[in-house]
Amino acid sequence: MNKDLPGWVDFGLLPLLNLLTAFVVAGLVVLAIGEDPIEAVGHIIYGAFGYGNGVGYTLFYTTNFIFTGLAVAVAFHASQFNIGGEGQAYLGGLGVGVACLMLDQYLPWWGILPVAILLGASFGAIWAAIPGILYAKRGAHVVITTIMFNFISFSLMNYLINEYLKVPGNASVQSRTFEQTAWMPKLTWFEGVMPGISTSPANLSFIIALIACVFVYILIWRTKFGYEVRVYGANPSAARYAGISTTRVVVLTMAISGALAGLMGLNPVMGDQTRIFLDIPQQAGFVGIAVALMGRSHPLWIVFAALLFGTLYQGGAELAFEMPAITRDMIVVIQGLVILFAGAMEFMFRPWVARAFSMRETANG
Amino acid sequence: MTAPAIQLQGISKSFGAVHANRDIDLKVDKGTIHGIIGENGAGKSTLMSILYGFYQADRGTIAVDGQQVTIKDSDAAIGLGIGMVHQHFMLVEPFTVLENVMLGAEGGALLNKGRAQARKELQRLEEEYELNVDPDAIVGDLPVGLQQRVEILKALYRGAEILILDEPTGVLTPDEADHLFRILGQLRAQGKTVLLITHKLREIMAITDDVSVMRQGQMVATRHTADTGVEELAELMVGRRVLLQVDKGEAQPGATKLEVRNLEVVDEIGVRRVKDASFTVRAGEIVGIAGVSGNGQSELLEAIAGIGPIASGEVELFDIEGDPTKWRPQHGLGHVPEDRHRMGLVTKFTARENTILGYQRDAEFGSGLFLDQAAVLEASKAQMERFDVRPPDPSLKAANFSGGNQQKIVLAREIEQDPDVLIIGQPTRGVDVGAIESIHRRLIELRDSGKAILLVSVELDEIRALSDRILVMFAGEIMGEVGPEASEREIGLLMSGVRAEDAA
Repeated sequence: MNKDLPGWVDFGLLPLLNLLTAFVVAGLVVLAIGEDPIEAVGHIIYGAFGYGNGVGYTLFYTTNFIFTGLAVAVAFHASQFNIGGEGQAYLGGLGVGVACLMLDQYLPWWGILPVAILLGASFGAIWAAIPGILYAKRGAHVVITTIMFNFISFSLMNYLINEYLKVPGNASVQSRTFEQTAWMPKLTWFEGVMPGISTSPANLSFIIALIACVFVYILIWRTKFGYEVRVYGANPSAARYAGISTTRVVVLTMAISGALAGLMGLNPVMGDQTRIFLDIPQQAGFVGIAVALMGRSHPLWIVFAALLFGTLYQGGAELAFEMPAITRDMIVVIQGLVILFAGAMEFMFRPWVARAFSMRETANG
Repeated sequence: MTAPAIQLQGISKSFGAVHANRDIDLKVDKGTIHGIIGENGAGKSTLMSILYGFYQADRGTIAVDGQQVTIKDSDAAIGLGIGMVHQHFMLVEPFTVLENVMLGAEGGALLNKGRAQARKELQRLEEEYELNVDPDAIVGDLPVGLQQRVEILKALYRGAEILILDEPTGVLTPDEADHLFRILGQLRAQGKTVLLITHKLREIMAITDDVSVMRQGQMVATRHTADTGVEELAELMVGRRVLLQVDKGEAQPGATKLEVRNLEVVDEIGVRRVKDASFTVRAGEIVGIAGVSGNGQSELLEAIAGIGPIASGEVELFDIEGDPTKWRPQHGLGHVPEDRHRMGLVTKFTARENTILGYQRDAEFGSGLFLDQAAVLEASKAQMERFDVRPPDPSLKAANFSGGNQQKIVLAREIEQDPDVLIIGQPTRGVDVGAIESIHRRLIELRDSGKAILLVSVELDEIRALSDRILVMFAGEIMGEVGPEASEREIGLLMSGVRAEDAA
């Protein structure tokens, strides 16, 4: 039976139930190692939202996850599982960095930004479009190819940084630092409400991420192309019937997906480290999968899901600091539980909730 | 007086707000063939699923052989001697007949002993019921009629005393259906009880002893088959009088609109699906393509619609308004695909979004990159009104409309584009009797307004009722052309691959 639950159940109640379950199980794990879970939650929340610098870090991580979450979501709409966000973001970071390295002598940040966006997005787009083409033309599954492209990107970046970008005579494997005029501005306007936020890495990329959400919404639900993407994703036979080209939809969607992942590079490269460095994405590409799953591939919910993971990242760091018995690895366990319950098992409670609803309706009817 | 094989009392089942079954009473006597008819969505399948343990009834009791029972899963049903032959076979195609029959009843961890036993038992069953199938044949190689026998054997092997058949003749030629009915008669003679679920009234009349009619989740009547007739049953099913035969005048064929020349379709694995097909369709006529499902009609239809591969040959459209360089639907050819769930609709989408499927790039639905939401909504509303789609709610998901209304959404979309040529596959598959009537009338109207219509259907009655000329397909080949007045036997022979000259 195809049961339709009200929107607030699907998008509100169910994720909340999943999240609570994740926290309860995580709490049991914390109990098991002899620590107080309530206290741990307190540290997480304080660490993520208690002070300006913490909020800034939370927003910084959130920004990464919005980009990678959107990337996975866009591909989902064409029923493509792009798990190569990591590699696409890495290449995107290279594009952003190259723009800055080329132009920082001549232009201020706002002059560089359009070029950085263009290069970051196109590097990411190319990196995702190749698996797209391989799928459309040769049937190579994108799950396999995109993850393989992650590994290729790691080696490629290693090589590029060591051979071409590294400052000669310097031991650190990274490019030179960009001129300060090329740095993406911090979120200084929020300094009034949130003192200390400008000491954190949070930067203008956050606003760009929100704009990307609007872009994705319009693309998917308002354009002819978005319609074709959704038809293809929901029913490939209907797409064939409607004269929609598989190649066009898959390759373009993958490219857009990769471009969004690539834009993530703005945040750490131009906004925080201000240089090209090793492991730019720092797992954000993978977290994006969970964010997209939890956010049901809808930009609005992706913002919330990204914020949740941002909170866990930043609050988790605080927790590891305050309660040394809970190590960094424990935080990963908690994040893993959230991904497990909110992402992989997102429909676990659905039958029960659906039954509860049908009982209520029968009672009312 | 023996206890009835099955007695249901007060069975109710709802899914959310939908009452699939409401207070159903049913008594099936031992050793009879009992038909259950009803439109799609009348609740037949739900009721049988309750009997077979897939669903639990919310209320009511089930008694088998006079004993009240609870059937919590299909194992329990099998334990009670209830067997089911599903509409879509549950067979492992690469396995042999014997292996399929044993499946789930292997009798131990090692196969050898069980296999020998199963073979003996299978031979006994085959002899007893005229169910001749080679135990060592690979199921995937067997024609559907034989696959169905394997399903029946499977049920009997598990000791079924009561056999439920869900729409068993949908995939059979008239000949195969007759054979199935003989088997069912044999089963009855051996004291087995058969429950036959169907929407085909003629089958009910031909084979059953009793018939129960369901409508909107309720059991509206039970009759001795001998005491009723097709008209009464149709009326009971729909709840009002229905015209079973469409009135149509003589066709006035005009110029040739569609010509297919030496068309060959070869699938991915190199099998020739359509062999050297040539025919024409003229304005103002309906050309029907009859045949058992899977004999190349789908491939032919898709090739003509321009969405399936063509190995060789040509499809030509004549005197058509529109740009010939464009994709065919924008070029005066409407296509109602055979399977609306798989192809004609995106069931997850709203009715409104389905209005533009295939026409999403048309200027009327927005210039440039963006869709004009208002224009789409307007078109959807207008189409729903003109085709009497119920409920007329463009924001409702396509999946939530009944089969008939879904089909009207597809028909509306294709017809409203005013194509010169319309190709239609299975226009009334899964559509209730009431809606069939209006769809048939609509097709005749279209014909009379000068459209060229190519109709593919596995329902022989439908083909004969609507077509002005009938082409019969078998194994990818057009076996011959007959007029609508041709006898069922004549068409049936062509459908099973026997040409008129061979038969004579």
